[in-house]
Amino acid sequence: MNNQNFWRRVESWLPMIIIGLGLVLWEGFSRTGQLSALFFPAPSTIVGSLIQMILNGKLAIHLVATVERLVIGFAIGGSAGLLLGLAMGWSPRLRQIIDPLIAAIHPIPKIAIFPLIMIIFGIGEASKIVAISIAAFFPMLINCMTGVRQLNPVYFEVTQNYRASSWKTFSRVVVPGSSPLILTGTRLAINMAMVIAIAVELLAAKEGLGVIIWFSWQTLRIEELYASLVVIALLGIGINLFLQFLSKRLTPWYNDQTDRQY
Amino acid sequence: MGFECSALSKTFTSRNGEVTALQAVDFTVNEEEFVCIVGPSGCGKTTLLKIIAGLIQPSSGQIIYSEQPLNGQLHSAMVFQEQGLFPWMSVQDNVAFGLETQGAQRNQRRQMARDFLTKVGLAAFVNNYPHELSGGMRQRVAILRAFLANPQILLMDEPFGALDSQTRLVMQEELLRIWKDHRKTVVYVTHDIEEAILLGDRVLVMSGRPGRIRQDIPIPLERPRHLANRDHPEVAEIRWQIWSMLEDEVRRELGIPAL
Repeated sequence: MNNQNFWRRVESWLPMIIIGLGLVLWEGFSRTGQLSALFFPAPSTIVGSLIQMILNGKLAIHLVATVERLVIGFAIGGSAGLLLGLAMGWSPRLRQIIDPLIAAIHPIPKIAIFPLIMIIFGIGEASKIVAISIAAFFPMLINCMTGVRQLNPVYFEVTQNYRASSWKTFSRVVVPGSSPLILTGTRLAINMAMVIAIAVELLAAKEGLGVIIWFSWQTLRIEELYASLVVIALLGIGINLFLQFLSKRLTPWYNDQTDRQY
Repeated sequence: MGFECSALSKTFTSRNGEVTALQAVDFTVNEEEFVCIVGPSGCGKTTLLKIIAGLIQPSSGQIIYSEQPLNGQLHSAMVFQEQGLFPWMSVQDNVAFGLETQGAQRNQRRQMARDFLTKVGLAAFVNNYPHELSGGMRQRVAILRAFLANPQILLMDEPFGALDSQTRLVMQEELLRIWKDHRKTVVYVTHDIEEAILLGDRVLVMSGRPGRIRQDIPIPLERPRHLANRDHPEVAEIRWQIWSMLEDEVRRELGIPAL
């Protein structure tokens, strides 16, 4: 093996090496007491606590609660954002009417209106799902709308020229043509939904990863807090890997396109 | 099917006021005739083609067809200069799109598209995406799509305008070859005078803005035509005739005084 190859290989492992080194240092400092083990428990302690949470079933209960909210909330808010976004991208008239409303409502922090949502939908599960739906709705809508608007107008001249029905135009041009941005919207929407799901669980829930985080802070079992963060991060990585897989399957024409100019 | 454009005018309203793109355009195209339209850039050639295609409405005037359209048959199919193919559809689905909008079943239309692609030597590319093809191949696919839709009139808007000159020569012959087997009424817009002469039964020369038909020149060359035709003395003569009409317009557009 020549030198250049060796360094290239080292480079590709560098992120792992840095993370590993950081963990080793953290472990060391935490054990020797140079880092407060109360606030920064050693990685091995965190992993131990995570394994314990898995074994005693505590993690499963809370993870399922969070994922369930996430899935239902995303399904509602995401599909609403998808349909309205595609429609707004397609119809300038609809866009003119609704876009100012979107511009006004979008910047409001979704967590700030959670008390209002609880007043309207009660303190049960419904209000949490509504908050998560609203969080997923906006990134989905804006990306879908942009997805349709970035389509070359010539595509619509082609459909018009071949007298394609509205349904054909929608199913064969609008949806597939904007699918790369629909997938981007999906990714942003799920991540936004996750942020709001954890946030509402911190505020008002009996089960969920946010609940573990809040309780472990109140009972000073900080290693469980870290363990929950690890689970959330892994969940995020899993979702994004799945979406990457989807985008390779659904938009092969987009991913390996070097020249997007036609 | 033939048709007649009668006193077609088109005025666009923009921020800087009104622009007359076409003014009183009159001409007739006969059944199965290949008519080329040349003119300086910005003379409204594309606008004229889009009016014939029904994509935009004329401000005044009308198009009169020589016969009633057959049941469900497309009036016209247009080949765009570039980017007209859908990047998310395979080559065969792009070619079959005109059949799809006319309600053909998936298997049937794909079979027809594959047969057509095989006949012109593109069998190996049926499942490729357009971006995997060269520019010339993409335009072949776009032309096949228009032919397969079996419209009454084929409209082409500088279909080879973005291709290099060598590819263009071969594509011109290829187009004539397909047209020989599938006779259609063709209206072909180009800024290339030689191309217009080599392809067309007639060449309509347009003036600059506002666009008008200045002259209707019949091309007396025999068909089938070949590349060798371009050295024909008659071609040279007509080319010069058209160029002398266009030269002043081009100079005026560029602000270069006439010789």
